[in-house]
Formats: sequence, C-alpha cells, structure tokens
Amino acid sequence: MRYRASWALAGSVSVLFVLSLLVGPAGFGVPSLPILTELRLPRALLALLVGGGLGLSGAVLQGALRNPLADPGLLGVSGCAALGAVLAFYWGLAAAFAPALPLAGLAGAGLGCLFLLAFAGRAMSGPALILAGVALSALAAALLALALTLAPNPFALAEITVWLMGGLADRSLLHVAMAAPPMLVGWVVLLRLGPRLDGLALGEEVAASLGVRVAGTLRVAALGVALAVGAGAAVAGGIGFVGLVVPHLLRPLLGERPGGLLVGALLGGAALLLGADLLARLAPLLFGLSQEPPLGVLTALLGAPFLVRIARRVAP
Amino acid sequence: MIGFTAREVVLGGRVVLRGIDFRADAGQLVALCGPNGAGKSTLLRGLAGLLAGSRAPDPRRVAYLPQGARCDWGMTAWEVAALGRIPHGDAAEPPVAHALELCGLGGLQGARVDRMSGGQARRAMLARVFATEPEVFLLDEPTSDLDPAAAHAVMALLRETAHAARRRVVVVVLHALDLALRYADRMVVLEGGQVVADAAPVDALARAAAAFGLPWGVDASPRLLPPSA
Repeated sequence: MRYRASWALAGSVSVLFVLSLLVGPAGFGVPSLPILTELRLPRALLALLVGGGLGLSGAVLQGALRNPLADPGLLGVSGCAALGAVLAFYWGLAAAFAPALPLAGLAGAGLGCLFLLAFAGRAMSGPALILAGVALSALAAALLALALTLAPNPFALAEITVWLMGGLADRSLLHVAMAAPPMLVGWVVLLRLGPRLDGLALGEEVAASLGVRVAGTLRVAALGVALAVGAGAAVAGGIGFVGLVVPHLLRPLLGERPGGLLVGALLGGAALLLGADLLARLAPLLFGLSQEPPLGVLTALLGAPFLVRIARRVAP
Repeated sequence: MIGFTAREVVLGGRVVLRGIDFRADAGQLVALCGPNGAGKSTLLRGLAGLLAGSRAPDPRRVAYLPQGARCDWGMTAWEVAALGRIPHGDAAEPPVAHALELCGLGGLQGARVDRMSGGQARRAMLARVFATEPEVFLLDEPTSDLDPAAAHAVMALLRETAHAARRRVVVVVLHALDLALRYADRMVVLEGGQVVADAAPVDALARAAAAFGLPWGVDASPRLLPPSA
C-alpha cells in the first residue's frame, strides 16, 4: 500500500510535468523550442520546485511542532519574501531591472530567517518557534500593508496585488537558476530530519531521552523551511495551502509516522502545484476567463474541499 | 550503574529537590514513593539527564518513560515501539517484536495507539522502552491506566527484567504502595524534595505511610491478589 502509493505519486508528478510542457495557450502538443525553453520549461520546473518545497516543509513543520495545523506560511518567512518583493515594486526596481524582484524576495526571506532564529532565542521549543513565527508574520504583514497604502500609483498597487496572489506565468530560466540552489539545499536539509521528527512524536522530553537534540532539530527545520519556502515565495509569490493540505491528504495512504511522510509530501506538493498550474493555464480556454486565475487562489480552491472531507472523517 | 547528585534543584522559583545523592545498582527494582509534589518525577528526570545542567546519559543505555501516554499522531503500536531503536540508529525488527510481545501487545502490532484503551496505549509506550534494550529503565508511573491484573503483570515483568543476569536496573515512580511492597527490592521515600527513607520496602513502608499522612498496619479487609504462579 505504502510503496504503491509512493510510486503512484512519483508517476503522477512525471505525467503532470510532461503535460505541463505540452499544454499552453499556444496549443497542445510538442511546442516550438523558444516556447518550450522560455515559457513552459521554467514554469514546470518552478511548479515542481515550489510545490515540492511547500509539501515537504508542511510535513516537516507539522511533525516538528506536533501540530496538524502547522503551515510553512506560519513561520513568516514567505511573508518576508513577499515584503522584499513588494519593496522592489515600490521603489520601481522591478521595472528598471527584472531580476531585482526575485533578488529582493530572496533577501527578504533570508533576513526573515535570521529574525526568526533570533526571535525564537536560545532555548528553542515548539511553542517558542510558533510564537516567533507569528510575530514575524504579523510584522511582515503590517509593513506590507503600509507599503500598499503608500503605493506610488494605482498601477503599481494592482501589479503588487496580483503578484501577492502567486503565480508562475512569465518566469524565465533565470528565475529557476536563482531560486533552485537555495530550495534544493532546503530539501536536503529537511529530508534528513526524518528520524528526529519520529523521535519528537512522543513529545520533546521523550525525544531528548532518545538522544534527539530538540532545540537543534527545530532550528534546522526552521532553516530548511526558510530556504525551501522563502526562495519559492521570492519567485512565485504567495502560494498558500499546499503545505497545510498535502500532509493531511497523504496520511491515510502513507501512515502517520512523521518521518515516513517526507518524500511523499515532497512528491504530493509537486503534483498538486503542477496540476493547479495546468488548470490555471487551461482556465482561460475552458471557462472563457479573460486571464489566468492566480495560482494561490486555485490551490486554495482545490485544497479546501479536501480539508473539509478530512475534517469530517476525523470528527468523533 | 546510574546516579544523580544535587545540592538543590530549583524549578520555576521553587526548590523541588534538596540534598539528593541517589545511586542505583544493577539487579535492583527501585520504587520511588511519596506524596504528589514530593519530587519523585524530578528525581527521575534528573537520572535521565533531562534537568537543566544535568548530563545526558547514553540513550542506548538509559531509557525514560514519562507520565501519561500521549502520541500526537495516529501511529501504530509497532511504529511507537520502533521509536525505541532511534538511539541505535537501526531499524532492527526482532527487539521491537520482542518488546511488544513482552508488553502483551503481540496481537495488536498494527493497531493505532490513539484508538487503543488507555491501558493498551500505556503498554505500547512501555514497549518503546523495552525496544531500546537499555541497561537502565526509568519509568514514571508505568502502571497508571492499567487494570489490576495488567499492573501485576507489568510489575512482575519489571522485577524479572531487573533480576535477570543482574545486568539491569529499573527505577519506577510508584503510587501504589502495595505494588511497591510486593515487587520492589528497595523503596526510596521522598517528602518535600528530600529523601526521608531508603530501605527494603517492608522497612520503609512506615515512613512512606507517614509521608502520606496515613496510618499503616494490618486489617482484615479482603483484597485482590496477584495471579498465582
């Protein structure tokens, strides 16, 4: 069951990835080389990287904090990435120099990560990390709202709002090259946490007695999530819900052991985002929309019904 | 085998332990008894190296079971018991299977711990300790949530564990004085953060009863007896 589910996940990621290269406004089928390399490949790669990072981060955070409501957005690092990107819009840097946007997002995510570790302090525990994350999110949201109200012109405001809702359209291989290294490092960091997350399943004290360094594990988890999700938010904007919903979708298939979910959550997140992005691309054709719906909107629309079903099943 | 020495242990501004010099040697089942708040659990956590400033022992040698039986995820009894192999960094299956068998969960390996009865869940937690195959067992109230027959079975198992080849030591926090009297080799009575008695259970019982503010003696009430061997 477990192996079959993992193979099915890997299979659906491959199929969706290929579909993602074959489907677009320019038509179905093998596209011309410029369309492939400049439009569809970066988009498919980013969906894979961002979605995988979100799913994996969600599984790690839920395990590390022993909280089924934990979401990568909870730590505030993606909020800081958004703030960095918005400031690049605000000062017109993004218009003058295109890579300034993802660079500012990356800088925001990096600073956010430093703040997070500093806020949480030396004696790191689960509740301390959550509180530090909530404080950081609130700070980033407040500064973001301030930047929006002071936006230099309504045009910039509209542009910022659309970007904040997340999307993968019009990203280039340069975006992939900038975001991929930190994200892949984040993946490696997070995938290695499996046994330590298992140790935390019976609480922090039992984990410590099993030889798991609890504070160090939480710090490494926060760092890995910041790398995987912060870099993703820097290039793709705010895509929510994937990290929260994917682990819940997979627990009935893969079991509830936190460490046993990591690879599956990575694949599941990638599949979900590849699928959502395909839908975003097809929506103008299928439903006659004037433009693509934002990807963050679609992931929430797809994820919410699943979560409601799960909530009904776990209710006593 | 294992020991904890502290002039004073302060938690949250309150002195919880005072003048402690505790040692336990292989081959013994030691019961820590005393009223709520006497410092039993803190002493056990000190032995496990979980107090600030205490040195963490080798987790392959020392296993610790806290109060309660919480598992945050719907893990199976096998998965919970297998957590005991984390200190060894292996996924050896025979110790896990043996531990579940010892704790009476041989037929419930695939059952989710969060859907078990309280007593079964408690035994799954105990199986996790046995799966580590430690030399030192530090168990906080291992018989809470258990029915009388299961409590006797677990205490007999712990006594056997301590006595087998005189290689292991078991330290249990125990409220049930009758179990301590019947199964322990040594009773340590704590009151107000201090050790007030440390002797064979029969000799320490009077002091333990005094710590609870209860008289002790022999009356004619009928009571449950352990299963006859």
